[in-house]
Amino acid sequence: MTTRYTKDHEWVRLDGDVATIGISAYAAEQLGDVVYVELPGEGDEFAAGADMAVVESAKAASDVYAPIAGVITGANALLSTQPDLVNQSPQGEGWFVKIRPSNKAEFDALMDEAAYADYVKGL
Amino acid sequence: MRRAYLGMNMAEAGSPKKLPLDALWRARTSKFGDFAGYDMPLQFEGLIAEHNWTRQHAGLFDVSHMGPCFFALPKGHGLEGDDAHRKVASLVERLVPADIQGLKAGQVRYTMLLNEEGGVLDDLMIARPAEPGAAGDLYIVVNAGCKHQDWALIEAATKGEANLVRADDRCLLALQGPSAEAVARAVIDPALADISFMQVKRFDAFGRLTITRSGYTGEDGFEILVRAEHAGALAEALLAHAEVKPIGLGARDSLRLEAGLCLYGHDLDPGTSPIEADLAWTIQKRRREAGDFPGRKRIQRELELGPSRRRVGIRPNDRALAREGVEIFKDGKKIGIVTSGGFSPILNAPISMGYVAAEFSEPGASVDLMIRGQPRPATITPLPFVPHKYHRAKKGVS
Repeated sequence: MTTRYTKDHEWVRLDGDVATIGISAYAAEQLGDVVYVELPGEGDEFAAGADMAVVESAKAASDVYAPIAGVITGANALLSTQPDLVNQSPQGEGWFVKIRPSNKAEFDALMDEAAYADYVKGL
Repeated sequence: MRRAYLGMNMAEAGSPKKLPLDALWRARTSKFGDFAGYDMPLQFEGLIAEHNWTRQHAGLFDVSHMGPCFFALPKGHGLEGDDAHRKVASLVERLVPADIQGLKAGQVRYTMLLNEEGGVLDDLMIARPAEPGAAGDLYIVVNAGCKHQDWALIEAATKGEANLVRADDRCLLALQGPSAEAVARAVIDPALADISFMQVKRFDAFGRLTITRSGYTGEDGFEILVRAEHAGALAEALLAHAEVKPIGLGARDSLRLEAGLCLYGHDLDPGTSPIEADLAWTIQKRRREAGDFPGRKRIQRELELGPSRRRVGIRPNDRALAREGVEIFKDGKKIGIVTSGGFSPILNAPISMGYVAAEFSEPGASVDLMIRGQPRPATITPLPFVPHKYHRAKKGVS
């Protein structure tokens, strides 16, 4: 089970045929207090880079992009009542959606933990 | 994830100016942003934590980007007391619709600069100093983004009859919240307990302070004009009090929105009249009757017949935020637009202000907000969203 990252600060964790997606700790910190998350429904299909979700903090709204292509198999229902889980546990309980990837090669092309850490350091 | 919208985007061209207390704030946060040409602290502990602290204790805001100034009759004007005041007040009344001549010594009024069409060029505070020696002076505070235009306008309309002296090289600190009085008494002067909401007084502490009991959060509190060389000592002394934390511009915006107060350039602009903005209360009887202010035709017509659109509070029925620019619909027809919107920490819900056609402006009316292409139900709501807690003068005390 490995986690990879996009330049737009989404993370993807691949576990067999299911990928879990969320936003990174860095992104959550930049946003500040998350007050609303809008997630897609089960069965929705996204191309890599497509608008997939919206996350709103007290100060700003941001689009969340599908880091890899796939079909949504589940969304984190807890975020509708506890959006602040994104701040408290961005890479744990604050996950956004689960998808069934249509092309695992897209996952391999993303940054690994070390590369993402370097990328964030340079921002 | 990409930033689609950032709330406070009043950046000006060129590199932003530093606040006199820049170093003091940078020791406490790295989150700064350009607002109206100034590099301002946006956030310290976190927007919601800062917001709630201000509602429960006291928050210290640096609003030195704003435009304080003194407007005074020329030396040797030969007038005294009320006569001197009426003279200087009559000069600014050329530009604003409030009864400035009727201010008592030590009283402050909220008003606006109007254009000939009755649109709002800026909203501002005008104070008559309490001290007899300052008769013929006014203390005026205008918005940061408009200050150069406002000062030029005032000077052009009163050329040679009075002098405008900028005070924006000083610091303006706002202390806001239920603990503000106790803190101000302890740190500045016990006599601060004796001034009420919308009153002004000078205090001989930290150099000389001009303090109004006012603010833009809906809380009790003070706005303190202090010379830059004393401002650091004052800010440090206030921050040393256990009830005080520094608050950034982000929480200032959510606090004023909960309090139903207008942000110039968003909820007020040159096309909007004070009557549309639900600010008819700022035009006192003498001025209404005289009709001697810019834009009087439109304003008197709107006072008599009602405006075609009105500023209202809006509560989205679900949790999606409706920010500035969101269009408002009724039965599929566009009836208005959101001018400010965000999240209310006190209500734990999204809140917005905007303008709707007058026939849909009654509290309780159902409307739809078009957010990301989807209509979402919302309800027109009275303002403010959170009750004001101003320290008002008891009846019979001036």
